[in-house]
Amino acid sequence: MKSPLSIVVAIAATAIASLVPAMAQNADATITVYNAQHSSLTKAWIAAFTKTTGIKVIQRDGEDDEFSNQLVQEGDKSPADVLLTENSPAMVVVDNAKLFMPLSSDIRSQLPEAIRPSSGRWVPIAARSTVFAYNKTKLAADKLPKSIMDLALPEWKGRWGASPAGPDFQAIVSAMIELKGSAATSDWLKAMKANAVIYRGNGAVLKAINAGQIDGGIIYHYYWFGDQAKTGENSKNTELHYFRNRDPGAFVSLSGGGILASSKHKKEAETFLKWLTGKGGQEILRTGTSFEYAVGNGETSNPKLVPLDELAAPTVDPSKLNSKEVIDLMTEAGLL
Amino acid sequence: MSLDTSLVAVRRSRYGWMSAAAVLVSAAAAVPIGFILWIAAKIGWSTTVGLIVRPRVGELLINTVLVVSLTVPLSGALALTLAWLTERTNLPGARIWSWLAVAPLTVPAFVHGYAWTTLFPSMHGLAAAVLISTLAYSPFLYLPIAAALRRLDPALEDIAASLGQTRSGIFRRVVLPQLRIALGGGGLLVGLHLLAEYGLFVFIRFDTFTTAIIDQYKSTYNGPAANMLGGVLIVCCLVLLALDSRIRGNRRFARLGPGAARGAPRHDLGRMRAAALLLCGALVAAGLGVPLLTLGHWLVAGGVAAWRFEEIGPALGETLLLSALGAVATTIAAIPMAWLSVRAPNKFQRVLEGCNYMAGALPGVVIALALVTITVGLPIYQSLITLLLAYVLLYLPRAMLSLRTSIAQAPVELEQAAASLGRSPRRALWATTIRLAAPGAASGMALVALGIMTELPATQMLAPNGTHTLATGFWSYSGEIDYAAAAPYALFMILFSMPLTCLLYAQSRRLSGR
Repeated sequence: MKSPLSIVVAIAATAIASLVPAMAQNADATITVYNAQHSSLTKAWIAAFTKTTGIKVIQRDGEDDEFSNQLVQEGDKSPADVLLTENSPAMVVVDNAKLFMPLSSDIRSQLPEAIRPSSGRWVPIAARSTVFAYNKTKLAADKLPKSIMDLALPEWKGRWGASPAGPDFQAIVSAMIELKGSAATSDWLKAMKANAVIYRGNGAVLKAINAGQIDGGIIYHYYWFGDQAKTGENSKNTELHYFRNRDPGAFVSLSGGGILASSKHKKEAETFLKWLTGKGGQEILRTGTSFEYAVGNGETSNPKLVPLDELAAPTVDPSKLNSKEVIDLMTEAGLL
Repeated sequence: MSLDTSLVAVRRSRYGWMSAAAVLVSAAAAVPIGFILWIAAKIGWSTTVGLIVRPRVGELLINTVLVVSLTVPLSGALALTLAWLTERTNLPGARIWSWLAVAPLTVPAFVHGYAWTTLFPSMHGLAAAVLISTLAYSPFLYLPIAAALRRLDPALEDIAASLGQTRSGIFRRVVLPQLRIALGGGGLLVGLHLLAEYGLFVFIRFDTFTTAIIDQYKSTYNGPAANMLGGVLIVCCLVLLALDSRIRGNRRFARLGPGAARGAPRHDLGRMRAAALLLCGALVAAGLGVPLLTLGHWLVAGGVAAWRFEEIGPALGETLLLSALGAVATTIAAIPMAWLSVRAPNKFQRVLEGCNYMAGALPGVVIALALVTITVGLPIYQSLITLLLAYVLLYLPRAMLSLRTSIAQAPVELEQAAASLGRSPRRALWATTIRLAAPGAASGMALVALGIMTELPATQMLAPNGTHTLATGFWSYSGEIDYAAAAPYALFMILFSMPLTCLLYAQSRRLSGR
């Protein structure tokens, strides 16, 4: 006869075993998305996509470079079908590891040729602009920095903030490397370590600027618009300054989407990416609460935003952005 | 079969499978440390040194050491004062204050951070870290100190008084030494929590090894820099463990034949009564009032729109499920070692036990990092099993300590009698010791479930795709500075922590016999 203890163990084991498939992702016609985009934006995308197509989507949230490095380790055993990022460097890592499948022309052709990565294995899905948010009462408009590079000057010590541990800021640094070179970027990062007040998350930076703890900070535009649309509680004392002039601080970062070559649901994944870069997905960028730029052919962005073509952004080939060097330089500067 | 031979048979078979199980659990517990050493060996000595000996690590080390060395003594002093007031003085409403002193445990540390930064957005750095962690974690010290105070035999104090000691002299020379184990154990628990804390320190912008490891993880997944920071963090944990064993010392605190100690008399506070009440009131206002009021503020501000039941409902279910499964699995894993440490203590067993404590001392992020790298490519990758394994490793000591106390109180003779009446070893164990140890197991499970409910780093890294818990939901919204949408998640975490905290409180009173 079995002892009661071993019966308890057996019951527990069966319960656990029966729950594994329930919580995992094995159901048919269900795709798994590694999502580094804002959780709420992707939730809105998925809700509308599932409503239109009936295809179910499981969303795992994380950060750009966490997922890119994770996918490299998972290799062809990855449970993911689709990767969505906030910025391009993470897409480049996965692409260089030959883990994306080539995308069909009916997906690629939905996007302007100028912003498509040359490899053809991932596409931009949205865009965001670097901005300098500042406190209106603490900083007069004529005292604003002319270039992001100026923030390395001693006069800015303790007066500006950023979230260097986040992929957003790291994408800006990768653009700086492309535009100004490694040595200049390394010096700038070391000056940043001395000058900047460090936060976790762009929202936290905006909140601190609004509260007057710092004069200004480097964030992406949509944090400001998003807060204004809600209560304005974290942005009512602030204004946005666009650097323009092809400055590294005017960098427009492309969010990417790609399908894993190891995916077992390629057809559904392609349907998803096609929908995302087409009318349905881009409309959610225009009308939703994300305030990110739409990038699809002929798709306009939310009318509240400064149009993309007025931002005088520097031209950077997204497939050249090197996240490894960014991490190395930032670790060396003591920011990570 | 004679009684003697049946006993020997029971012993032999039981030690066999119990030892095997204990070795298995301990080997699993040693995995994270072994893993870090393996990575260090793989990337080579010079790279390892380069990643460890750099200014950033120095900064983190200073922050980590300062926050631990300031918060632990402060929490100890605070908990000792509160425990003394509620257990040994005529403080009005002592019983209620004693409940209120434990109540901040129901509020996860990161919700304390969320509340204080809502009230004072500029709060940051070391001072804020010390203040908020003292409020959040001092109940971990209050519980054992109050229990120890209740158990003290007042006869010792009477003897000291009859020998001419003053009241403060008695406290210093008789009471305090008897509280050493409680102070050491509670202080260790608080120190380890501080080393592992993530959410709270993000809210108040205070960098420690744990926050830096997660920054690296987010930028590089499981790069060598993250693992080497983890290595330094492990050393910090070991230092704390060593300090604790020094504080404990080898002195004997039990009396032979303690008999029935009478209840200790309560001292008259006299004119200090108002001051004592004020202190208690201020602590409750800071530790409980602030989080509940800010939460109330956000719930009102968010209104009905913040209650996204289609998200909160599943998160609630998954949190409860994970907490329950994790608590059961951890307790089962703790049984062999707890049983061996009471019934068959020896050198080998102590080494094994040490392994378990070490893993439990490691922050969730270090264990998760090791498990991610080991399981990637295996069928158990991103499965419930791996997540539960992480929970077991993280919370094993909590379950083991509670179980061990209860098993020690179950007489071995009962087990032997059951065996001599013809039960198989396992059934004998089940019919006697396991049943008598049930209250200890329950409080251990409560402690484990409480930990899992608010666990963040390991859950984020290891959970199956599509898992959302209350803690990850709260974290995701508060990260987008949507404090109103995060509020319902915090509320549910507090509500579900309440019964578990009550259970712990009741158990600590029951064990001390009052």
